[in-house]
Amino acid sequence: MTVGVAAATWAHRHFLDVEGLSREELERILDLAVDMREARAARAHQSMLENEIVGLAFYEASTRTRVSFELAAKALGATVVDLGIAGSSVNKGESLVDTLRTLERSGVTMIILRHGSSGAPHLAARTTRLRVINAGDGTHAHPTQALADALTLRDAFGSLAGRTVAIVGDVAHSRVARSNIHALGTLGARVRVAGPPAWVEGFDAWPGVEVATTVEEALRGADAVMTLRVQLERGAQPANHIAAWRLDEERMRLARPDAPILHPGPTNEGVEITADLANGLRSLIGRQVENGVPVRMAVLALLAGVA
Amino acid sequence: MTQAASFILVGARVIDPSDGTDAVRDLAVREGVIVDALSDGAERMEGHGLVVTPGFCDLHTHLREPGGGAETIESGSRAAARGGFTTVCAMPNTDPPLDSPSAVRGMRSDGSCRVRVIGAATLGRRGDVAADLAAMADAGAVGFSDDGASIPNADLTGEILRALAKLGLPLIEHAEDAVLADGSVMRAGSIATQLGLAGWPPEAEVSIVERDIGLAAETGARLHLTHLSTAASLEAVRRAKARGERVTCDVTPHHIALTDAWVAGSRRFSWEEPEPREELAYDGRCRVNPPLASREDALALLAGVADGTVDAIATDHAPHPPERKLVPFDEAAPGLIGLETALSLGLAAVEAGRLDLPTLVAALSTRPAAIIGEQRGLRAGARADLVVFDPSARWRVEASVLASASANTPLLGMELLGVVRLTVADGRVTYRS
Repeated sequence: MTVGVAAATWAHRHFLDVEGLSREELERILDLAVDMREARAARAHQSMLENEIVGLAFYEASTRTRVSFELAAKALGATVVDLGIAGSSVNKGESLVDTLRTLERSGVTMIILRHGSSGAPHLAARTTRLRVINAGDGTHAHPTQALADALTLRDAFGSLAGRTVAIVGDVAHSRVARSNIHALGTLGARVRVAGPPAWVEGFDAWPGVEVATTVEEALRGADAVMTLRVQLERGAQPANHIAAWRLDEERMRLARPDAPILHPGPTNEGVEITADLANGLRSLIGRQVENGVPVRMAVLALLAGVA
Repeated sequence: MTQAASFILVGARVIDPSDGTDAVRDLAVREGVIVDALSDGAERMEGHGLVVTPGFCDLHTHLREPGGGAETIESGSRAAARGGFTTVCAMPNTDPPLDSPSAVRGMRSDGSCRVRVIGAATLGRRGDVAADLAAMADAGAVGFSDDGASIPNADLTGEILRALAKLGLPLIEHAEDAVLADGSVMRAGSIATQLGLAGWPPEAEVSIVERDIGLAAETGARLHLTHLSTAASLEAVRRAKARGERVTCDVTPHHIALTDAWVAGSRRFSWEEPEPREELAYDGRCRVNPPLASREDALALLAGVADGTVDAIATDHAPHPPERKLVPFDEAAPGLIGLETALSLGLAAVEAGRLDLPTLVAALSTRPAAIIGEQRGLRAGARADLVVFDPSARWRVEASVLASASANTPLLGMELLGVVRLTVADGRVTYRS
């Protein structure tokens, strides 16, 4: 492995968003993630982050993102502390900034922050000396998920240049969608978003983004389709969604033959996607999860300045 | 309280919107009164390059008394004087609200500034029962408002307007439909979409503006719409004025000079190209209600000041302690301080060629004063009530130089144009630098 040898320094102290990263920077992360996949299998780089203490601050429930960050940090030899915020003093009124400053004084060097408020990682970056990695903020961004998705698609296509990716679902409330719009667009793909009017409201003004208003329009000619979880807790009516928007075999015939399907998980099988599709040959949902750890290893290594 | 001012200011640009004066000449004050000439040995102040105008009048100030902490009448009055204001109108959304004659009387003026009181329009600002408006008017209230919210329904608004028509005092309305605005934290638009922040639709404001203009016309009452933030509201006011209706309005300095791009980290004025910066994005100090306008609307509001449709620039000075701002954007308390930066933001617009200086001065002094029945002017024989400022000097906004007890403004750290040299209220020096 040659990771870390003679690599250019990484220009960003924090990892708050995909927005603002150049195509070269994104490709570099994905290339490094490919190396990390191999390194992880070979149990290499196990002391790469030995000087880092990584704090997991998840203010919202998360399983897959939290676990993959923890595995990524541990695979590189970091000390990992999970704040277990649900049961800590944080929920007794301590402010985010106070909590993070306490961690900083305790020796934590990097914080992986999941928060329900858009922009919470920006606040953390501004008010502490911690290096901040955004693990999902409000409806704003989920940059490492977008990296995992981009890597999954790059693995499938070789390059995203010129590919059309349709993102179907509640785009307005989706941080995954926003980060994918940035990531896929920067990597050369055309991004089409689609959903009922309230779910794509405002996206027509997003530079470079196409808005489709029917599932047929969304899927026609798409090289890949990403469907988002229907957030039943926001009052979505499953029956309506199934009729108008659920991905099934028949609708998928409008897309390019064998166009892969992605979903950031967790899926409501039978609501936004049929179980057959989610578990079928087109589905890259498992690959997205598998790529979660190596892209997060890559981000951690770059921010720590060791890759 | 300092003693009565006596000085002669030599060769300053005198701008007095009350009689259209805009000339370089001397201005003399003896024992607190403006006089034609001074023969004795009063202090001589070099006025070259300075501007002297009537004292500023802020129609919308949060002094946080009673109940505050982030400001006091004393600190807020000093901030006012430092910003060139000689009158501030204290808003009633305090704890408890200023909803009774005794509460109105309890708002004493500090030496640095006249404090006039806007009474709550409804009891407890609860929006269900009108307060005793006549009794509060007797106690000195100069207008009524449930600021922080609109009067929630048309029935009650009509009842309040009918009562105010008899008193000759304005309803000062914060126009915002609570249902349409529910949950929003910044102006709706492409920036809100990209930032993943819930958007405030312009219809939330204009729907109440239209409702109130209709009710005011029907009742014959005076209506003053405060902190307008949309071009559509301004158009509604423009049409009402063209019909000869008794509607006035103000805009804040931050709604004309700042934009929603500031939430994305830009620190460029509305007339400049925005430049979002990740490291400044989601700054809770940019959260304000109504939210910072789109660039298009900010420029329309500024044009409304320039063409006179907007009667006044009012600060909506809203102090908050750091712990209410050093939180995620959607948790930040809305509001920013404005008394000490209002003139500077106005002068920035003048420098950019968007506004002429006499129009700015009128929007800060004589026109708002007229809305609350105060006279302003620099003619001989008048009690001296004026501000002297250097329109080309620059200063850096730092917490340490602000007289306000709070420093919640995204302008912190920026260098702004315009330094107040002297403020004289009711014949007495209230600020000098």
